[in-house]
Amino acid sequence: MHLKYESQLREPLVNGRKTYHDVTEEIIRPIEAKPGRLWYMGFYIAVALLLFGVYSVYRDITYGIGQWNLNKTVGWGWDITNFVWWVGIGHAGTLISAILLLFRQGWRTGVNRAAEAMTIFAVMCAGQFPIFHMGRVWLAFFIMPYPNSRGPVWVNFNSPLLWDVFAISTYFTVSVLFWYSGLIPDMATVRDRAKTKLRKYLYGVAAFGWTGSTKHWQRIESLSLVLAGLATPLVLSVHTIVSMDFATSVIPGWHTTIFPPYFVAGAVFSGFAMTQSLLLVVRKVYHLENYITIGHIEAMNKIIVLTGSIVGVAYLTELFMGWYSQSKYEGYTFWYSRANLFSPYGWSYWGMMTCNVMVPQIFWLRKARRNIFITFFISVLVNVGMWFERFVIIVTSIYRDYLPSSWSVYYSPTIWEIGFYLGTFGLFFTCFFLFSKYAPVIAVHEIKYVLKTSGESYKNTMGAIEREPVEEFAHEYAH
Amino acid sequence: MAKKKFVVGCFDNEEALFPAVKKVRTAGYKIRDVYTPFPVHGLDHAMGLRETSLHTAGFIYGITGTATALGGISWILTYDWPLNIGGKPHFALPAWIPIIFELTVLFAAVGMVYTFCYLCQLAPFVKKHHFHPRATDDLFVMVIECTDKTNVDDLKGFLTSNGAIETDVQVAEEGWWWGRYDKDDEKTLEKKIVAA
Repeated sequence: MHLKYESQLREPLVNGRKTYHDVTEEIIRPIEAKPGRLWYMGFYIAVALLLFGVYSVYRDITYGIGQWNLNKTVGWGWDITNFVWWVGIGHAGTLISAILLLFRQGWRTGVNRAAEAMTIFAVMCAGQFPIFHMGRVWLAFFIMPYPNSRGPVWVNFNSPLLWDVFAISTYFTVSVLFWYSGLIPDMATVRDRAKTKLRKYLYGVAAFGWTGSTKHWQRIESLSLVLAGLATPLVLSVHTIVSMDFATSVIPGWHTTIFPPYFVAGAVFSGFAMTQSLLLVVRKVYHLENYITIGHIEAMNKIIVLTGSIVGVAYLTELFMGWYSQSKYEGYTFWYSRANLFSPYGWSYWGMMTCNVMVPQIFWLRKARRNIFITFFISVLVNVGMWFERFVIIVTSIYRDYLPSSWSVYYSPTIWEIGFYLGTFGLFFTCFFLFSKYAPVIAVHEIKYVLKTSGESYKNTMGAIEREPVEEFAHEYAH
Repeated sequence: MAKKKFVVGCFDNEEALFPAVKKVRTAGYKIRDVYTPFPVHGLDHAMGLRETSLHTAGFIYGITGTATALGGISWILTYDWPLNIGGKPHFALPAWIPIIFELTVLFAAVGMVYTFCYLCQLAPFVKKHHFHPRATDDLFVMVIECTDKTNVDDLKGFLTSNGAIETDVQVAEEGWWWGRYDKDDEKTLEKKIVAA
């Protein structure tokens, strides 16, 4: 008796003839083994970057953010660029877990756990930038509305910057809950096969006493479905609100109604690119090629080419509107500050165009979508391009404003701005390395769940059944 | 919590599990629970469990969040400290929608997860009796509660004839207690007791 049926046209999601036990064994093995030399090397580099970041931030606190090259005209530079960039990267995890869950996309099971973890770490990195940009970081709690002895003076609920506070903290909380509630059963799997006392103790704590009861599974499925339903509009709202930080202003280049969908598409685009970069390494290092298959990579590449083309359309629409509005300020921003290669920041615009719009078009070719090296190369380029995009939006819009006397000289970051950015890379990768060592990088129970419908050996069995004559089929299986 | 006697039958695939669940139920035995390594769809119906109302709880938490945000912001910006922003209305509902939405989601998500943990008794340092260590790996473990009248050997035979690859009798605590998984406590020690 087969409980579910899936078309033979779909590629298997799990390759090889696997039993449930093989799945457990292969995914959990890296947790139980000592990490390899590559892991240590990567981890130490990440920690070194993190320490440099911590030192840069220490200097920010001690000397103030005057040590950055921001000025009156370019008041937002690398810090906010990095903030938006990281938040964008933090969109793929929830998109994979939530939207693809609602759309019943089976392939999400191989990649969702790592993508969700990546989301959480990226949002953690993103949060650092606005917090330290405040300058007096020890007063950062002022952004929360709470009864206080200063009036009470409340925060301004009409301000997009405050919406951001709520959006990002909510997004972070919900992502953590979503991620961890899915992790509980897998932690229990690790706990139940643990050989050492320490591991039994730690995973015993982390697994919350999970037993695998049918009632609990029923509840956790209901929970993840509703959380997915909540997280889907949430993930769209977060980058919509981030885009409103810009779109509700009156700065040419920011003041556009196209921003929310354009930012969301860009966020998904960069998030998937980052997921690709990380998972291509993870599947190689942990030998998970059977679970993160070429089919998974191709599916993500399809999303990359789709969202990349959406941002491409948005870029062209902006250029068109820059001309069509006949506003000389809009025209100057779009056609001189950005699209003119020989303007001071023209390089960033054309870097963005190349990396985000032109290069990913190669994914229209099936061969390229299924090539690991091309995919890795392009996923890195896309993230570079998306960084350029945020830089273009922020800096090229403000470095020459309405009054030429207040135009900025060429803004470039100091070593401490760069150090802060590198530090968030350190934070991100330190967290990711620890995650990949101590938690199953693939959702074990979800793979088991799709194994019988989408595993290679089971698909072959189903194929054999399909080829049988109808009468025989009815005789054999219908009763 | 009291200790109870359970008959445990382990199955190695869900194709054998489903008919077995049906037969055990029709034979009049009380299935305490079936422990599975992943969610087996339809098993809850086969066992006669009712639908969970967790989503209803989520809805209630959600509207609590909506009400909190709307109420809080209105009170702050129209009554407690009205700000004149370019002469615009104090009750600026469209500008509050983002925060109202975020708090709705936040309350619903946090509330649901806590309710879920409460209902399933999940928390750090919570310990329960595990009938089979492979229940989180590759075995489907059916646990049947014994009454005074249950003939344990018959039941074990019945399970085996229905595809169980392993059967067992265990006396165990049925609730949860505070404990650590690296230490055996009294509650789990008394595992295999041969029925009279």
